[in-house]
Amino acid sequence: MNFDFSDDQKMLKEQVRKFLADKCPMSVTRRVLDGDEPYAKEVWKGLVEMGLTGTAIPEEFGGLGLGALELCVIAEELGRAAAPVPFSSSIYLAAEAIKLFGTQKQKETWLPKLASGEIVGALAVSEGTHTAHPRNIETKFAGGKVNGVKQPVTDGGAADVVIVAVNTGGSGEQAISLAIVDLTAGGVSAEPVRTIDPSREHVTLTFKDAPAEILGDKQGAGWPQLSRVLDGAAVLFAFEQVGGTEAALEMARNYALERYAFGRQIGSYQAIKHKLADMYVKKELAKSNAYFGAMMLNDDGAELTEAASASRIAGSDAYVFAAQENIQTHGGIGYTWESDCQFHYRRAKLLALTIGAPIQWKEKLVSRLEAKNAA
Amino acid sequence: MDFNDTPEEAAYRKQVRAWLDKNATRKADAKGMELPRDLNELIAQSKAWQAKKADAGYACITWPKEWGGGGGTTIQNVIYGQEESNYLVPGGIFAIGLGMCIPTVMAWGSDEAKQRFVAPAVRGDEIWCQLFSEPAGGSDVAGLRTRAEKDGDEWVINGQKVWTSGAHFCDYGILLTRTDPNVPKHKGLTMFWIDMKDPAVEVRPIKQMSGGAEFNEVFFTNLRVKDSQRLGNPGDGWKVALTTLMNERLAVGGSQGNADTDDLIELARETDIAGAPAIRHGGVRERIADWYVQAQGLKFTRFRTLTALSRGETPGPESSISKIVAAKKMQDLGSFGMDLQDMGGVIRDRKLSPADGAFTEQWIGAAGYRIAGGTDEILRNIVAERVLGLPGEIRVDKDLPFNQAPKGK
Repeated sequence: MNFDFSDDQKMLKEQVRKFLADKCPMSVTRRVLDGDEPYAKEVWKGLVEMGLTGTAIPEEFGGLGLGALELCVIAEELGRAAAPVPFSSSIYLAAEAIKLFGTQKQKETWLPKLASGEIVGALAVSEGTHTAHPRNIETKFAGGKVNGVKQPVTDGGAADVVIVAVNTGGSGEQAISLAIVDLTAGGVSAEPVRTIDPSREHVTLTFKDAPAEILGDKQGAGWPQLSRVLDGAAVLFAFEQVGGTEAALEMARNYALERYAFGRQIGSYQAIKHKLADMYVKKELAKSNAYFGAMMLNDDGAELTEAASASRIAGSDAYVFAAQENIQTHGGIGYTWESDCQFHYRRAKLLALTIGAPIQWKEKLVSRLEAKNAA
Repeated sequence: MDFNDTPEEAAYRKQVRAWLDKNATRKADAKGMELPRDLNELIAQSKAWQAKKADAGYACITWPKEWGGGGGTTIQNVIYGQEESNYLVPGGIFAIGLGMCIPTVMAWGSDEAKQRFVAPAVRGDEIWCQLFSEPAGGSDVAGLRTRAEKDGDEWVINGQKVWTSGAHFCDYGILLTRTDPNVPKHKGLTMFWIDMKDPAVEVRPIKQMSGGAEFNEVFFTNLRVKDSQRLGNPGDGWKVALTTLMNERLAVGGSQGNADTDDLIELARETDIAGAPAIRHGGVRERIADWYVQAQGLKFTRFRTLTALSRGETPGPESSISKIVAAKKMQDLGSFGMDLQDMGGVIRDRKLSPADGAFTEQWIGAAGYRIAGGTDEILRNIVAERVLGLPGEIRVDKDLPFNQAPKGK
């Protein structure tokens, strides 16, 4: 039984952790949340200089050619820091989509620049407050042009290239393709969207005859491609969620030890102790599920969808719970603008929604379990 | 990252499998066969199987060979357990004795006691039980009241224990008593080993809510034991008991009940909600997903622990979550399976109920499982205090002599 990360992977994790503890304390997240910068450029630059953006991109396309496991340990640390950088959009989503489904030429065009951090990528699926379902995707691709509106797009303002879910005609899932849009080529405008977590940039992207090409070489394959990209991202997001849960739990624990009420540390009351124990339980369930997700992603295993769904469900549950109960443990001070509690509260919900809400993933999971059970 | 054995582990597994194939029947090939329902027959078979294991070095695998053990590693013990679970063999009646009592005897007993008891227990010739809980002390074991009073070279014991698994068929037991009520509760305890067949020991089965009777009340009326039966010094009983209890939560950990998400999916196909199969109902689907994720979380938490053992490391505290999650899931999943049977969910008959009555049985059993070996509440305290480092409970009786501490009825 070897169900753990290697020593090298753990060392990488430690390096990323040290870097972020030093260069990306909560004051940086606060600065981005309070200000107009789309992301913390100096933190991004540091991550790029460490080579992290190229981690899982093959060497022939300018990356380090490592696997998903290395990305997982990086993700856990980004999550712990609630880092205000476009790493997930650019790497877990855009780069992974191109790596998995792009043509040789598309890979040559985009992957080296994404690996080097020279450009930022993003994924645009949602068109407002409807479920991301084929029938709700109205953005069209025809004659090499994209027309439509995507909202919200995480990191869509900072991005240079966006993978866009588009309708290419036909019915159901076959109507959907993924298109690559070069945002520097014109035809696309970005308007900021107000969201629950301004420490990450979100925009509405409006496409008007924006030049584009289909990812890969065939139309109508976009829905299963998107599903596979999101499976991988779900595992990586789950590691961010595990890291975030640990950070929120640590905040709650430290406060419970230093705060006195009725002559006692509040951490001596069972109401608080059991709340924190529940956070720990959820965190460990999330971590164990995420480990299996990591293994399936790294091996491209047959159970990737189930493992990714379980990682996402457990990760979302743990981080959302820990973040909200961290505020509760802090009491009134936790609800102030000055408190750092808000960053986890915002980020936890953002991560739980960005690549699809838990209820959608539960449906995806149960459909698979149902099919397996019938077989 | 993989689930594979190391070459040494694979070799050991192969050897274990070969031995089991030669000496037992695989469950897959055991259609129609079952273990005896008669207790005496079951004990006889269990003893025969344990002796066979001991001869082959598969009883108490991690114990030194000089004590009748296998001289092996923790991971070998795990591998043996994984493999043996695929065969129709009796087990269980030695778990408390070998998991808790004999390790206590080995740690605290005289050389004479060790020579006398360890090897027969390993071979299954003698069965042991643990006598700690009392009507006045469940989670608060140290609040126990069974008295032991010194009389020359003997001690005279009077009082009552409760929830003693297997007391009705055990040969010996370890007994925690109060020897000094004038000092605070943890300081006045002393541990002994006793002969369960002594006429001064009376065992009465407890009929459980489920209808079964696996536990007992045990009464002591002027039971006389020799001072040489003492385990540890007088007054050190709590320290001795901790040796025993450290092993208990490991022993109780695993089960999640018989019905799981696969059974629930099958049941939801066969039952209806508003004229459509229940499996199509969102509320049903969400619960299936939640319990599947919990089951996977528990499974892979165990794999993380096994990985540490496989590397010869001490596992992290993550395994402390297992029973908290498993017991509640067992109860809720059982309860929901009954809900899906609608009005018929009240039926408790293995012949009439789906999944051989597994939902109903685990719903009833889980009410006890959430308490046994540490209640949900005590386990949360343990996570909060030992893992997260939060303050211990305020104990108003901690510094008071036991006979002056507040007590209810």
